[in-house]
Amino acid sequence: MRKVSAFNLFAILIGVVFLYLPIVILVIYSFNASRLVTVWGGWSTHWYTELINDAPLVDSAFISIRLALASATAATILGTLAALALVRFGRFRGRLPFAAMIYAPLVMPEVITGLSLLLLFVAVAVDRGFWTVAIAHTTMAMCFVTVIVQARLVDFDTSLEEAAMDLGASPLRTFLAVTLPLILPAITAGWMLAFALSLDDLVIASFTTGPGATTLPIRIYSEVRLGVKPEMNAVCSIMVGVVGIAVIAASLLAKLSGTRGAAARV
Amino acid sequence: MKRQQGRSFWQSLVVRIPYAWLLAFFLVPFLIVLKISLSQTAIAQPPYEPVLDLAAGWPGVKAFFAALSLDNYVLIGSDPLYLLSYMKSVEIAAFSTLILLFIGYPIAYAIARMPRRWQAVLVLLVVLPFWTSLLIRIYAWMNILQHDGPLNQVLMALSIVKEPQAWLATDTAIYIGVVYSYLPFMVLPLYATLEKLDESHREAAADLGCPRWKIFWLITLPLSSSGLLAGVLLCFIPIVGEFVIPDLLGGSQSPMIGQTIWTEFFGNKDWPAASAVAVVLVCLLVTPIVIYQNQAMQALERE
Repeated sequence: MRKVSAFNLFAILIGVVFLYLPIVILVIYSFNASRLVTVWGGWSTHWYTELINDAPLVDSAFISIRLALASATAATILGTLAALALVRFGRFRGRLPFAAMIYAPLVMPEVITGLSLLLLFVAVAVDRGFWTVAIAHTTMAMCFVTVIVQARLVDFDTSLEEAAMDLGASPLRTFLAVTLPLILPAITAGWMLAFALSLDDLVIASFTTGPGATTLPIRIYSEVRLGVKPEMNAVCSIMVGVVGIAVIAASLLAKLSGTRGAAARV
Repeated sequence: MKRQQGRSFWQSLVVRIPYAWLLAFFLVPFLIVLKISLSQTAIAQPPYEPVLDLAAGWPGVKAFFAALSLDNYVLIGSDPLYLLSYMKSVEIAAFSTLILLFIGYPIAYAIARMPRRWQAVLVLLVVLPFWTSLLIRIYAWMNILQHDGPLNQVLMALSIVKEPQAWLATDTAIYIGVVYSYLPFMVLPLYATLEKLDESHREAAADLGCPRWKIFWLITLPLSSSGLLAGVLLCFIPIVGEFVIPDLLGGSQSPMIGQTIWTEFFGNKDWPAASAVAVVLVCLLVTPIVIYQNQAMQALERE
């Protein structure tokens, strides 16, 4: 029955070419020796070596990585708790507004999230910088983690937990020994997504950042908004490479450990 | 007895921690935006007034409420700049969602009809670009669409156009960027429903001599309506407030609403106006967001 039709193959082919061609072109241009971006001057790694000497850019890269580590970890903890609350604790008081606050940020335009958090930080008069961006990213990413972990918890066999409890395990022990290992693939996928979202974000970080916390996207944005630059081609290619390898490795790992496509479930 | 107590303690903590976080960093900021949208700009720090001064006691609170006004909303209603900006955002979001539907549906449908072991790989292929930064993907299109970039070179080599066309700073570029960036958001929910579709309905219709286009129109399409709605909402709502794509690919003459908020805030330093524009935008998006929430909750309960 499942015969592959020519039309279907064509649709997939066009889709994949459309999705990947721009990125491939970007990577090829990053090896262009010519300073003029559109004139091909032969292969060269010139722009990559140039990057290492660009101290502000390297600083920004480290800030972004630290930021992504901190906010992804916080978002994963909070998001997992929220998923447990929604799936396991049934109809607690205030469940509906809680669910609303989980789903709304998923589609809320970033400009509004950024603006509203900045106004909060100004109202309570905290100095803006690394930690305010971290809080903003945590808030944005935790909802994505919740949705991923929640999907895993919904098709979860609760009799395993009941068995552990019947045998005298405390709720905390049950969670650590039974529940956590079973939902770990979803938690890992959630952490990775939160990490990628934080590394990616320009708008929310622009609103909530302060002196000394210029993230990599903010730096790239200020460079490219006036036009294409060869150094930026190189930076972007490196980021594409790192993310691509990480996601493929993670999905292979997930496959090897028998939890099929945890990363692809997003 | 002791266990029961322990359980309720953990239980309440599990609910309260994320609840408190969302109240503090999602709901409260929102109320602050609402409040500032009713304020006036001031040359001060923070650059708006009135500022609620609790130290002044009850008269202070009364003075605070007396000073609130709807001026910013009147401004939005009377200045065509804002109105045009809202209309442009909705127009771009509506048309690009339609285009996404026409491109995304065949792809999702095709993936769902592939042999099982190929499906996971294809889904990963569709999702993978989404993991790289939006900024980078849009920047890649700046490369392609620039005056002497690859697109113009290819078009001229094929003698479709005689001289380089201006692609950047046009609405066409915005559409290309939006469709490109949001394609995974359309394909994934559609694939998720199409993949679960019961084959027997289609087979029954085919056995009874129903033509293929009619099978699609009468069976496949209605059965995939939940995924279709999810895909449409997941694209439409964020596109309305999009900033990066129109800012880098579009022209400066008619900004989308995300850009207007950005300029009011960073350029004009008019925080109250930016807040009022944001509040109106949320009101505009409330209906689709509520539909999306119901959809998301129903989908989880069905599973």
